[in-house]
Amino acid sequence: MTMRIPVSALIGLTMMVFFFSLAVFAPLIAPYGIGEVVGDVWEPMSAKHWLGTDNIGRDLLTRMIYGARTTIFIASAATVLSFTLGTLLALGAVVLGGWVDMALSRFIDLIMSIPTLIFALVVLSVVPTSILILIVLMGLLDTTRVYRLARAVAVDINVMDYVEAARLRGEGTRWIVLREILPNALSPLVAELGLRFIFMVLFISTLSFLGLGVLPPDTDWGAIVKENKEGLVYGIPAALAPAVAIATLAISVNLVADWVLNRTTSLKGGRNA
Amino acid sequence: MRDTVTHNLVEIRGLKIGATVFTPGEKPKDVEIVHGVDLNLEKGKVLGLIGESGAGKSTIGLSTLAYGRGGIRITGGEIFINGVDILKNSMGELRDLRGRKVTYVSQSAAAGFNPSKRLMDQVVESCLSHKLCSRKEAEERAVRLFRKLGLPDPENFGMRYPHQVSGGQLQRAMTAMALCPEPDLVIFDEPTTALDVTTQIDVLASIKEAIQDTGVGAIYITHDLAVVAQVSDHIMVLQHGRMVEYGTTDQIINNPQKDYTRALVSIRSTIHDETPSRGEPVLKLDNVSARYRGLNFDVVKDVTLEIHPSQTLAVVGESGSGKSTLARVMTGLLPLRQGTVSFNGETLPAALEDRSKEQLRELQMIYQMADVAMNPRQTIETIIGRPLEFYFGMQGAEKRARVIELLDEIELGESFLKRYPAELSGGQKQRVCIARALAAKPRLIICDEVTSALDPLVADGILKLLLNLQEIEHVSYLFITHDLATVRAIADTIAVMYQGNVVRYGPKSQVLEPPFDDYTDLLLSSVPEMKLGWLEDVISTRKMDSAGN
Repeated sequence: MTMRIPVSALIGLTMMVFFFSLAVFAPLIAPYGIGEVVGDVWEPMSAKHWLGTDNIGRDLLTRMIYGARTTIFIASAATVLSFTLGTLLALGAVVLGGWVDMALSRFIDLIMSIPTLIFALVVLSVVPTSILILIVLMGLLDTTRVYRLARAVAVDINVMDYVEAARLRGEGTRWIVLREILPNALSPLVAELGLRFIFMVLFISTLSFLGLGVLPPDTDWGAIVKENKEGLVYGIPAALAPAVAIATLAISVNLVADWVLNRTTSLKGGRNA
Repeated sequence: MRDTVTHNLVEIRGLKIGATVFTPGEKPKDVEIVHGVDLNLEKGKVLGLIGESGAGKSTIGLSTLAYGRGGIRITGGEIFINGVDILKNSMGELRDLRGRKVTYVSQSAAAGFNPSKRLMDQVVESCLSHKLCSRKEAEERAVRLFRKLGLPDPENFGMRYPHQVSGGQLQRAMTAMALCPEPDLVIFDEPTTALDVTTQIDVLASIKEAIQDTGVGAIYITHDLAVVAQVSDHIMVLQHGRMVEYGTTDQIINNPQKDYTRALVSIRSTIHDETPSRGEPVLKLDNVSARYRGLNFDVVKDVTLEIHPSQTLAVVGESGSGKSTLARVMTGLLPLRQGTVSFNGETLPAALEDRSKEQLRELQMIYQMADVAMNPRQTIETIIGRPLEFYFGMQGAEKRARVIELLDEIELGESFLKRYPAELSGGQKQRVCIARALAAKPRLIICDEVTSALDPLVADGILKLLLNLQEIEHVSYLFITHDLATVRAIADTIAVMYQGNVVRYGPKSQVLEPPFDDYTDLLLSSVPEMKLGWLEDVISTRKMDSAGN
């Protein structure tokens, strides 16, 4: 089958590849060291410093590139965690049904009733902040949302005749979850994956902006906004660079997610085929 | 340009209809679905359009409203209604045509009515929106029509909401809605297909009477030749968007000229000779009762049945008679409340989880809707191969060879291995489901309405296949159906179910011979026969009213 990628998805894909290469190859690409002071405070853009310098004279481009690395790594890891856990819990709950489903769903509801940010702030004020803690915390909090979506999708699939046929054959829970339900639940979940990833980017940026996320000497986009926000009063645009980066990444991921959703639903045997 | 006034109500010349298909991965493509059809209908006459799904009958019917469903356009030809070419009409003129001169009765009345408005408001709606008469007159017309259509309490019937009346009544209310503006032409699109067989003939009879009384012209669309033979004056047989044969009803039924028409007429003639039962029963139900959680009555009451090796037991009944529940009890999906189910002489555990793999293997099931009975993300090889792997531990080349063997048995070839269910036709899907059941080498297969969703000729093929496979594999069938023609074709033993009870049970020859109990008589007499005047005979002689009234 020849595949034609629509222009919008192509743009999104290009941008995503750009950001992810920045993240992966940060030490190779970055012109200076991450904590290296190379100039005056808030120098304007120049051939030497493409984006100027930051509040203590470090190269902003270098900071942005290393920031991309931290932001994208934390957001990806947390998304993978929330997706795997949320989907498996939801599918398991649906297939097992009864009190398992009931108990799990009510527990998830309980967690969801606490505002995510407040929950995170409380936990981070008690537990020492590290990248691993951030990933686990964000992943677990987002698991609740993935669970809700995956459960809704799985409930529909669980009553299909082919699932009943598998049950009549005597298949175990594992086969029914992984082979009968999961492949048919994937396309709505994949579209959600992009969206959740972006929320993770925003979440980690928020935490860092509040000073509870990534700690120096590491940095991420939220922390860069925090460091440079005072400059906005004097007309220094340094804080806008990470804001633009977050927005661009968000849009490009969504463009790709839209395309993936369209494509998977029109596949042979897709849900809307 | 012809402007001569003809005496024909409808005259269609060289009608061509096209549509755009969107195949995944390919560019959208224009195809022609109706290839130049001519058609005439005189005032006050009824024309039957018959054909299988995809023949273009609904599309032609809707074209008399100058309308096409999503993506369908009329690409050529002329359609004259009362001598006016409606394809040249402006939007304003079309609005005047639709719902006033030409009206439409759809297959699913339940989906056609707005559930939040009273029936009367919906029945008089087109009269009022076309300003044909005052609301009072329109309501009087509606009540007259309700009475004519045999609806209960015609004066107050219109005050009800759609969910408060039965399916058969709703279909009649829709007929009243179509007749209310006193149109010249009514399109009936499979109006009785979704109804139970005993309800179908009441609705059919009242539609026929209403057509005769009002003198309206009608196009009656259906896939069931026996039904159309009862109501129409002329019949047109369609296949793949082309006319196959046209003639008076008498001529089509009694003297068909074309092979395709002959096949349609003789569709219900497959009859399997009853074989005497021998050996110990494969499956035995003893005083089985079952109910769903939350209900305070049994859906299946005290049922005792036996199925013998290489035999077919047909369980017949209308929707709600408990026949599918009975299948759920046997498979263990719904644990029984009392009684025993024994299989090969040993008692089966009531719940599915307690049954052994061997017990599960020997009892397989085939579903009504083949497209949802197969995982859309699995290839045919995986679908048929899984039971082989699961029950017999077959792998690799051995498994594949057996899958190919099974594909041959169901008359599909090796080329189907890598295909997905969505790439198969309805009949092919059902065949794959049969192969999946056979792969387990079962002793009994429960067939739940396996032919009801298929076109008659395709269904016939499936029945023949099942009978052949029975001879090869020595498997028994429990055949659940509402269609007595299917029962005649395939059964050795028959159980008639009514409101959860088995009201009649025995070998086919006995069950289908008089004297009948009232319900069996009603059921048997309701099966449309390929005979003119059958409807009138039945209505005048039956002993019991159908449940849908």
